[in-house]
Amino acid sequence: MAERNGHANGSVRAKHPLVADRLVGLDHQIASGKPSVAAGWDLPADLDKDPAVIPQLADVRVPPELLAEIEYRMSLYPDPRSAVLPALKIAQVHHGYLSTLAMLQVAAVMKVTPAYLSSIASFYDMLHEESEGRHYVYVCTSVSCHLTNAKRVYEAIVEAADKLGLGDTDIREFECLGACDMQPMASVDGRYVGPLAPSDAPELVLALREGRVPLPGRGLDDADHMPAGAGDPPPQEDAP
Amino acid sequence: MTATDNLRLLKDIDEPGLHTLEVYERRGGYSAMRRALTELEPDDVIALITDSDVRGRGGAGFAMGKKAGFIPKGDMDKYLVCNADESEPGAFKDRVLIQKNPHRLIEGCIIASQAIAANKAFIYIRGEYVHQSDILEAAVAEAYAKGYLGTDILGVGFDLDLVVHRGAGAYICGEETGLLDSLEGKRGNPRLKPPFPANAGLFQGPTLLNNVETLCNVPLVIEMGVEAYRELGSEQSKGTKVVSVSGNVRRPGNYEVPLGTTVREIIYGLAGGPPEGREIKCYFPGGSSAPVLTGDEALDLTYDFETMAQAGSMLGSGSIIVVDDSQPLVPLALRLAEFYRHESCGKCVPCREGTNWTVKMLERIDSGEATPMDFELLAQVQTNILGNCLCVLGDSMAMPIGSMLEKFRAEFERHAAEARARNDAALVEKSAPELAAAPSIGPM
Repeated sequence: MAERNGHANGSVRAKHPLVADRLVGLDHQIASGKPSVAAGWDLPADLDKDPAVIPQLADVRVPPELLAEIEYRMSLYPDPRSAVLPALKIAQVHHGYLSTLAMLQVAAVMKVTPAYLSSIASFYDMLHEESEGRHYVYVCTSVSCHLTNAKRVYEAIVEAADKLGLGDTDIREFECLGACDMQPMASVDGRYVGPLAPSDAPELVLALREGRVPLPGRGLDDADHMPAGAGDPPPQEDAP
Repeated sequence: MTATDNLRLLKDIDEPGLHTLEVYERRGGYSAMRRALTELEPDDVIALITDSDVRGRGGAGFAMGKKAGFIPKGDMDKYLVCNADESEPGAFKDRVLIQKNPHRLIEGCIIASQAIAANKAFIYIRGEYVHQSDILEAAVAEAYAKGYLGTDILGVGFDLDLVVHRGAGAYICGEETGLLDSLEGKRGNPRLKPPFPANAGLFQGPTLLNNVETLCNVPLVIEMGVEAYRELGSEQSKGTKVVSVSGNVRRPGNYEVPLGTTVREIIYGLAGGPPEGREIKCYFPGGSSAPVLTGDEALDLTYDFETMAQAGSMLGSGSIIVVDDSQPLVPLALRLAEFYRHESCGKCVPCREGTNWTVKMLERIDSGEATPMDFELLAQVQTNILGNCLCVLGDSMAMPIGSMLEKFRAEFERHAAEARARNDAALVEKSAPELAAAPSIGPM
């Protein structure tokens, strides 16, 4: 049992707890305010209720700049519905995440149901229906970065963030970010930095906390960054 | 001939300001577009592309001229879509092409749109490429301001609107029909084919879908002419290819080589080979979806579409991932399978369940809980995914995992046995005090 409930140490069980463990953890999750299942999941469906309707623009107060931006995106496509992804992204930037209100506003402008938007938002990795933080650090741990110890870079960043108390930031492992020439790397709010070593983590976290640009000179778009096709060797570390 | 003579797409790629219209035009940019729009008929452009044998650089290697030829003639809404959703682990060539030279891509889009008579073009770029999308959008705005996009381009009566559409982080949107669904504002689920996009694609209209690098080759063909273009390359694979080399090499990066260069030349000559004192254990010749190749002879293969297919793998998007002999393969296979499990859209059962169970079995092998049956079952699951889904995402996992298991079966079994031995030893150590304290059981 001790092994089964072992903390997040990369163990199989920690990542994929057994069903029984998950159910035991459910009360705790609900108490913590971040349940992994929707509220009311165990109640029968109310079949008398009206189906979800498209909210009317007159009933929902949409910030004018949000309205203008979404309407502009809708005008670019033969079918305005194509603008769902850009519209959700605009709303996400505006609200910090896709809150119920954000969904309602986009739905009213685009004339779709909030449920439809939710089905889209849950499909894509970069759209969040829960508050994850206004900033993000995506650490690539995909194949090429995996081969150059990206996992340890990720762990070092998480550890540093815990130690230094970095809030409002979504730190997560991410699939290939398409910058294997600077492996192992991370995307900090869209700015690619690399190659990273675990020892870079405290500096990166500190810069984020103080609102500075982390690791200047080591971003992909920095002027003095290595040119294409002439990358430096990645920092080599002892194999685990 | 020095290496730089072969550079076409990456020629002077690091010139400062190349991403601006001014520098690009000073270097002769948009001359191919002028020629295509004012001097050539649309059919001539398609003929030029067909004759120079431009093959799709996105993965399948399908002849672009043939694909463009499938687009029906007639007065209907047609679309050009550029696939810039480069999300395959190990691939990063399109990122460089867009970031450094976006106007080349825009020029390619204009020429291709005119050739198939499309008035709407979309570039679907992955959401993670924030900086690259900004550069591309700025370049598109410049092209609009200069009159290269919009209405009545160059006064020849051709209209074209180009929209940069940003994705939001889903690998499956790089699959052509998944991309179309995503572009229509839906979840990016692949469609049943046929009908193919050339007949019923975006908004059910005829759609030409090509990769960034393929479209970047279009202005080249017109600038250089068929003969000069075909000069580089192998017997059946013409032109150059931007190869992304990464993994355990000293100089990871993008290198442009003529198709038909040996893999040894690319990995050792250009990318510097594996780190000091290491040997190459195996490599993925076409991104993480390609079956791995191993052994010395695999390094002497020439890098082109046919040779890679004959060797039982594929050129794919042209991304070589090198794995050196210090890397245990089971964690690598597990990481690979986790990627495909995460990115499976969940529409087809073999892929959704197959990727999930592959991860579970690999976790068992990694943690020493595997039974001998698991190895057989793992191989069997891979064969049962192959060819049984709407798209090739499941196959993209089944091929590399299947090939790794086939070629390194002994290592997989050894890995499981060692982990099991470690677990047993830990258990014995843990229960030793209890056993010692337990009252001994006398003879029966």
